[in-house]
Amino acid sequence: MLELLGNHTVQTVTLGAVLLGMVSGLLGSFAVLRQQSLLGDTLAHAALPGVCIGFLIAGTRHLGWIMAGALVTAVIAALFVQVVTRYSRIKMDAGLGAALSVSFAVGVVLLTYIQGHASASQGGLDSFLFGQAAATRPSDLWFMGGVTLAAMALVALMWKQLKLVTFDPLFAGSIGLRVGVLETLLTAMIALAVVVGLQMVGVVLMTAMVIAPPVAARQWVSRLEHMVFLAMLMGVISGVVGVLLSAGVAHLATGPVVVLVASALVALSLLLAPGRGVLWSWLKLWREQRSIGQRQMLVTLHKLAEHHEDPYYPVERSMLDSFYGVATSHILRRLQARGFVVPASHMRQEGPHWALTDAGHNEARQELERMDWNQAEV
Amino acid sequence: MQAFLNDPMAMILLTGALVATSGALLGTFLVLQRQSMLSDAISHSIVFGIVVVWLLTHAQSGPLQIAGAALTGVLTVFLTEMVARTRRVKRDAAIGLVFPALFAAGVLLLNLYARDIHIDSHTVLLGEIGFVWLDTMPLAGLEIPQAVVWMTVATLVNLGFVLACYKELKLASFDWQLAAALGLAPTLMFYLLLGLTSVTAVAAFDAVGAVLFIAFVIVPPATAYLLTDRLSLMLLLAVLVGVASTLCGYPLAVRLDVSIGGTMASMTGVFLVLAFVLSPRYGVLGHWLNRRVKYSG
Repeated sequence: MLELLGNHTVQTVTLGAVLLGMVSGLLGSFAVLRQQSLLGDTLAHAALPGVCIGFLIAGTRHLGWIMAGALVTAVIAALFVQVVTRYSRIKMDAGLGAALSVSFAVGVVLLTYIQGHASASQGGLDSFLFGQAAATRPSDLWFMGGVTLAAMALVALMWKQLKLVTFDPLFAGSIGLRVGVLETLLTAMIALAVVVGLQMVGVVLMTAMVIAPPVAARQWVSRLEHMVFLAMLMGVISGVVGVLLSAGVAHLATGPVVVLVASALVALSLLLAPGRGVLWSWLKLWREQRSIGQRQMLVTLHKLAEHHEDPYYPVERSMLDSFYGVATSHILRRLQARGFVVPASHMRQEGPHWALTDAGHNEARQELERMDWNQAEV
Repeated sequence: MQAFLNDPMAMILLTGALVATSGALLGTFLVLQRQSMLSDAISHSIVFGIVVVWLLTHAQSGPLQIAGAALTGVLTVFLTEMVARTRRVKRDAAIGLVFPALFAAGVLLLNLYARDIHIDSHTVLLGEIGFVWLDTMPLAGLEIPQAVVWMTVATLVNLGFVLACYKELKLASFDWQLAAALGLAPTLMFYLLLGLTSVTAVAAFDAVGAVLFIAFVIVPPATAYLLTDRLSLMLLLAVLVGVASTLCGYPLAVRLDVSIGGTMASMTGVFLVLAFVLSPRYGVLGHWLNRRVKYSG
């Protein structure tokens, strides 16, 4: 796969994917933490009319005009959502959905207008809808690089303010920060990231590029600076792996592969991240259930032995089964391995019996003491 | 009758009105339950269902496609709830993680196995209502456009669902806990609602495309929400706004020679802005005037 890197197109696309991963991981982190993940979705759809307007103004597929147009309409859509949700009873979800679908509809109208009217060829406008990584030109890289650098510089300069607005906007407002200005700035920057990614992965998949790397990163770390850094790394990894995979296999579109790699990273992180991983909490739950079963069993056997005034009183397993309502042989076998119970014979025609050992009695007494303590605390 | 069915304009308007009606009936409850973005998620991820059903059966439309779409929609919602229930991811992020992944998988399958068939992601996302009258099927001795047939069925099913489960849907929208406590199965209602949304989306994608369908699901109910407090009236107003958008959109699109579906969907936005400004009780203008009267009086 590495010899692919010698290919000039693949080089360009890979570099583009690196830049896209960095900028979307960086700005997406703030969107996800501020619970505005779907804002990226709305912004991406709302960029479409801007792409068309930029094209109509420039007359050709001039990236600068197209991106400027996309940025403007995306920000307008975001402001629309802000105004409608603040000044009417319409909730965030309906505001986002309305802005998304209506601006996309306007985009479709403009797209068909261009197809029917513009004299110049509309070559490559569709690529903004579905993304066409292979169409990335070396000149586009300068633009993407500039946007990435600008976003990084802005975040570095305003780090403290952005952090405060993200985690505690009320407090930020109370110490005199311009919360509205900062929020609009963040939204505009997310729009910028979305716009940069449009022609690589397309409108729909750009949504995932803003959300997936930060969500994956969040599982591993809990400090903002670590999260932002890791999210950028995750974005770069999904970009590069996705580009190389799609270049290695014929007929694979780049955008979807990049998004699937990012989704796989999220799945892995959700399952395996130390501390937060779902797999670990399942394992812990399972272990606890197992240990509770064993402790209960020890206490039951201990009390039965006390009641019968015979420390080695043999208890029939089928009786334990019906007492617990589940099969208990696996619990008993594990206790046997720990040296707390031994199989005992009682009468020949009856089923298997078990009795506590001395160690088992000790353990059960300790367990009872712990239970007393716990009750005393309550 | 056949003359009516052969008239392109009548068929386009009829299809548009049916899409608007079926979308508004379901959308009203989605907007009230604050789940509008799920319709966006579903309408993207059904691309996956459409491709999988096509690969398995080579059916491009019909009952198998509709069943596949319903399953994909329910799968999308189920996966989203599952991711959100791990409590590691907020619900909005969960939506944004699940549907792009399914969409990407659908596009890739299309890429790999079905490069030269009619269902490219273009058609699914955009659609073109202008051509619905070309694709007809014989029914009861008449040649009826397929889109009209399927949209009529979808509209009737949605209407039947809303009428039959009105009480359940109403309570689930306003007081989920009470609905659950009374045994009105709000979760079942939720999944039925989203299953029907997927079915309607797949029936509508030929006509207006999946993304524009969202406009008819979310925007007219949101507009109606600004105009009334009664659920029954909100349903009626949402349907009216949707149908009015298609009626206003069509001549405009023809005059400008642009996408008809796109113009119809754009018109829903115009109605929303009008309601936002002018609504007697919840409009911005009304609020402003009220405040002026209060302070000057």
